[in-house]
Amino acid sequence: MTKMEATRDGYGQALLELADNEKIVVLEADLGKSTKSLHFRKAHPERTVSCGIGEQNMLLVAAGMAASGYIPFASTFAIFTERAFEQMRNGVARPNLPVHLCGSHGGTHTGTDGSSAQSIEDLAIYRTLPNVTVIHPSDSVSTRVLTKQLASSPSPSYMRTARNKTPVLYDDIGEDVIQIGKGIELKNGSDVAIIACGVLVSEALKAADLLAEEGIHATVVDMHTIKPLDANLVDAVSERCGSLVTAEDHSIIGGLGGAVAEHLSTTSGTPLERVGVNDRFGESGQAHEMLELMGLNAAHIVLAAKKSISRK
Amino acid sequence: MTTADELREVARKCRVHIVDMVYRAQAGHPGGSLSEIDLLTALYKTQLNVRPSEPKWEDRDRFILSKGHASPGMYAILAEMGFITVEDLESYRVLGGICQGHVDMKWCPGVDFSAGSLGMGLSFGMGTAIAARLDGSNRQTYVMLGDGEIQEGSVWEAAMASAHHELGNLNVILDRNRIQNDDFCETQMRMFDIPAKWKAFGWNVMEIDGHSMESIVEGLEFLGQSNDGPSILIAQTVKGKGISYMEDNPSFHGAAPNDEQYAQAMKELGVSA
Ligand SMILES: Cc1ncc(C[n+]2csc(CCOP(=O)(O)OP(=O)(O)O)c2C)c(N)n1
Ligand SMILES: [Mg+2]
Repeated sequence: MTKMEATRDGYGQALLELADNEKIVVLEADLGKSTKSLHFRKAHPERTVSCGIGEQNMLLVAAGMAASGYIPFASTFAIFTERAFEQMRNGVARPNLPVHLCGSHGGTHTGTDGSSAQSIEDLAIYRTLPNVTVIHPSDSVSTRVLTKQLASSPSPSYMRTARNKTPVLYDDIGEDVIQIGKGIELKNGSDVAIIACGVLVSEALKAADLLAEEGIHATVVDMHTIKPLDANLVDAVSERCGSLVTAEDHSIIGGLGGAVAEHLSTTSGTPLERVGVNDRFGESGQAHEMLELMGLNAAHIVLAAKKSISRK
Repeated sequence: MTTADELREVARKCRVHIVDMVYRAQAGHPGGSLSEIDLLTALYKTQLNVRPSEPKWEDRDRFILSKGHASPGMYAILAEMGFITVEDLESYRVLGGICQGHVDMKWCPGVDFSAGSLGMGLSFGMGTAIAARLDGSNRQTYVMLGDGEIQEGSVWEAAMASAHHELGNLNVILDRNRIQNDDFCETQMRMFDIPAKWKAFGWNVMEIDGHSMESIVEGLEFLGQSNDGPSILIAQTVKGKGISYMEDNPSFHGAAPNDEQYAQAMKELGVSA
């Protein structure tokens, strides 16, 4: 049986492990039970700042603390971080303050809460901000490792985590493989490369298995860091495979697919098919139903891979 | 005239619908639905000028559930009013269903605002109130806010602006159940003197008992009479009201009852097995 865990739990665990550093502070906006910052709050109430239901205030309080030598980790649902986008832009990114914003419950995978809770544009908007690192890990282990690495970064970041459980992929892999800005090759075939992030990495692995049954050998990359994009890895797999697919639980506009397409437009022009939410809003449904409805699951990745190969 | 006893009976039926919906979906928000339901029942049954068979009637009063997570409460009263059917309630949180997790004007008849993000409904309501004034209509706008919700700064932007524009046709009902998502409001964000805050922002203020039909009806009459500027009813309520183990219990903000708890809830609501 594959072990299943939610990436938001990896985030909560990382905050606890980081707590030895007394400069680490946590900010909440009445969603600590959901984003999993609650474990830190319980252990270190004196270093946890409750901002009530007030995301805009939270971001700038974090900025003020960062400018005073602290390392703030602020979290809410991915969608509600967006309400504080301008605070993030003008108050955090512009002065390049190391505030680490985490948006949990990202994507349509979040499920039956419906479209108002399903952020499908967060990766795109934060990617436009200078100085901001944008991360969307695929499993709880990599979320924990990457969150801990962020604590020593001198710049701000946005990390998206997911509400629901997905397979743990990095249980037996040395943690040094997981580095901000370095994509991870989980499979290396030479017919097509599937570059995925977040909850779609495990779908990409399933797609690779399905393709293998038809004699098609796929590379699968976990591109957990969307910005800065691991351009060397994109170049390497695109040269080896000659066709690409990106896969993300996010709009096809501006996220991982957008980042890879922008890169290819100035380099190889390798055929690329983007699997993502096709310029629409979500709705209420179970996580697996949403991946099917939005055209994001393994079966859709397989179709996209074949299409990309046919364009070689 | 609907009597207070009749209102209480409608509210009891709505409570059954609320628990049914959340139990079936094994997800959703019972606490804030049960605290608001007496208010919604009296508002829809005695005050709101709407036509269930013509939900888009242009000159209808507007009701905006700004705390859109408390959707089971709104779907329940919409069903009791005949905007939707009791069968429609089975679509709560089901793929393709009109009863989306958070109330959505694009999906469900009788819903005037696509909610889910807190702190947005009062601004939207201000817009509908200004539009009514421009139309020369005396239709009213009612906005239901949560007490955690009013921690959002945008609520106070709208509060200030509505008083500035002397919007006598704009009415707020505040569900003061003292609990938000993670915990009691008192530990998350103290709000001190809430009536004084609204008064200072230029609003007419009345405090009521949000579970006494007599008190609610009196409050709704107050809203009808105060037309010199925006008005608010601050309704003291109990989160989870009506189901003993949910009452005043932060864990039932967003959690569904299990089989045993469901059976007990139905018993407490007078439903025979
Ligand atoms: C902008 C925004 N931030 C956070 C949330 C998540 N959230 C949903 S309900 C809730 C608590 C709401 O408490 P309250 O307004 O008191 O509602 P009630 O007690 O009536 O359920 C929170 C924080 C949200 N929906 N919108
Ligand atoms: Mg409340």
